[in-house]
Amino acid sequence: MKLLSGLAATLFALAIWQAIVSATGLPKFILPGPALVAETWWQNRWIIAEHTWVTAVEVIIGLACGTVLGVVTALQLANSRAARVLVQPMLVFTQALPVFALAPLLTLWLGYGLWSKVAMAVLIIYFPITSSFFDGLMRTPPGYLDLARTMQASRRAVLWHIRIPAALPSLASGMRLAAVYAPIGAVIGEWVGSSQGLGYLMLLANGRAKTDLMFAAMLTLGVFSILLHMVVRRATAGIAGETR
Amino acid sequence: MTPAPDLTVRGSAAIGDALLFARLTLTLAAGRWTCLLGGSGVGKTTILRLIAGLDTGAEFTGQITASDGQSVRERVAYMAQDDLLLPWATVARNVLLGARLRGEKPDLRRCDQLIERMRLQDHMTKKPGELSGGQRQRVALARTLMEDRPIVLLDEPFSALDARTRADMQDLAAEALQGRTVLLVTHDPGEAARLGQSIVVMTQNGITPCQPPHAPAPRKVDDLETLETQGALLRLLREEAA
Ligand SMILES: Nc1ncnc2c1ncn2[C@@H]1O[C@H](COP(=O)(O)OP(=O)(O)O)[C@@H](O)[C@H]1O
Ligand SMILES: [Mg+2]
Repeated sequence: MKLLSGLAATLFALAIWQAIVSATGLPKFILPGPALVAETWWQNRWIIAEHTWVTAVEVIIGLACGTVLGVVTALQLANSRAARVLVQPMLVFTQALPVFALAPLLTLWLGYGLWSKVAMAVLIIYFPITSSFFDGLMRTPPGYLDLARTMQASRRAVLWHIRIPAALPSLASGMRLAAVYAPIGAVIGEWVGSSQGLGYLMLLANGRAKTDLMFAAMLTLGVFSILLHMVVRRATAGIAGETR
Repeated sequence: MTPAPDLTVRGSAAIGDALLFARLTLTLAAGRWTCLLGGSGVGKTTILRLIAGLDTGAEFTGQITASDGQSVRERVAYMAQDDLLLPWATVARNVLLGARLRGEKPDLRRCDQLIERMRLQDHMTKKPGELSGGQRQRVALARTLMEDRPIVLLDEPFSALDARTRADMQDLAAEALQGRTVLLVTHDPGEAARLGQSIVVMTQNGITPCQPPHAPAPRKVDDLETLETQGALLRLLREEAA
């Protein structure tokens, strides 16, 4: 059913796309039609696959590092008032900075390769992961804490056996957000400086007025993001479901 | 478990500038059920939480002492209206929560026995979400018993249950907690009349001890004297509120 409705929506979008192309009669280097993009995609499938692989690796490493960093930060914040006072404003400040502005710096510091893109992805997902998990940790139902108190539980035991499990659904929702943001981070990184990846391919195609290839790369990125989101949702549904 | 002590709460409590209750003395007799009956907002939960050493919104002036001179708050088990079962843990793991939180080796045999006593043996590996309200309160009672504390504090633990399940739980709890110093906080005169070995009515004007029925608790739901007591308690509540 879900598959069917997804298919229907896709067909509908393609139809509108084609309708706009036919109605406006725009030249194909401005707006290529779906058939042309599909053909270009097929002709360049190996090139696109190579670049997709590069971006996918950046995104997945970024997602993993960002999650670990976010989880550790949230635990520190939840555990220590001093950390909250010192780090929380900084966290909000980094969020207020446009990450785009940092991309050239990261490329300068970390080079043209994988790591500047990973760093971009990490930067962009660090805040949603940290803040969602931290909120979950701070919103433990007070009744549980009362109960634990009468049981003479140590702070550590309460954190481990009650606060963390109670916060996992919040972490899961942060990770689902992160799955959407991480590819954006990596692609921005690629735009600023790279020789591989879907972002690079999009810029390259755009520069040479190969708008059809640009569209093919962009759609591939979209499909990849949707798949990633689905995988993360599936994976986190396990944790969240366990704890509901 | 140390033998159940007498427990005395003596003092007054204020929230900000407003007095919640004036200086009162509440004595819980060793090894017996005391029912503290009162309308909502009079401060029943506050008293219970003070005994348990939990945070309250109130400033308490006075003392809470056990007749054997030992610490009170380290010897209480606590059960509330919300069963406070961890939704991600199985029934068995919920019953064993205390040991796990203290890093002790869990006594699995006792856990099994208690689960059987609460007629939960078919549900051991289920999560709380798969249980009925009555079953959940039985798990909470098993968890309370697992703690094996001489003082047991019950804050309206049965008030969310339907009438039949509530009566069943009252019987089960009365039997299971025998010999402990129990404080049952309730707003239900019928519950106080069924279970109280001593009954205290709390209103804005302070606390008034009441004569419990003569039959041993838990009393039959249709015991005449118990029903009379229930009526008398309700009348007292209404008069004091007026
Ligand atoms: N944490 C709190 N902060 C401020 N006021 C509180 C807090 N908890 C309870 N109160 C107030 O104290 C009064 C007594 O509450 P409580 O002891 O829960 O009453 P009861 O259990 O008899 O219904 C109520 O008026 C309530 O609003
Ligand atoms: Mg209350």
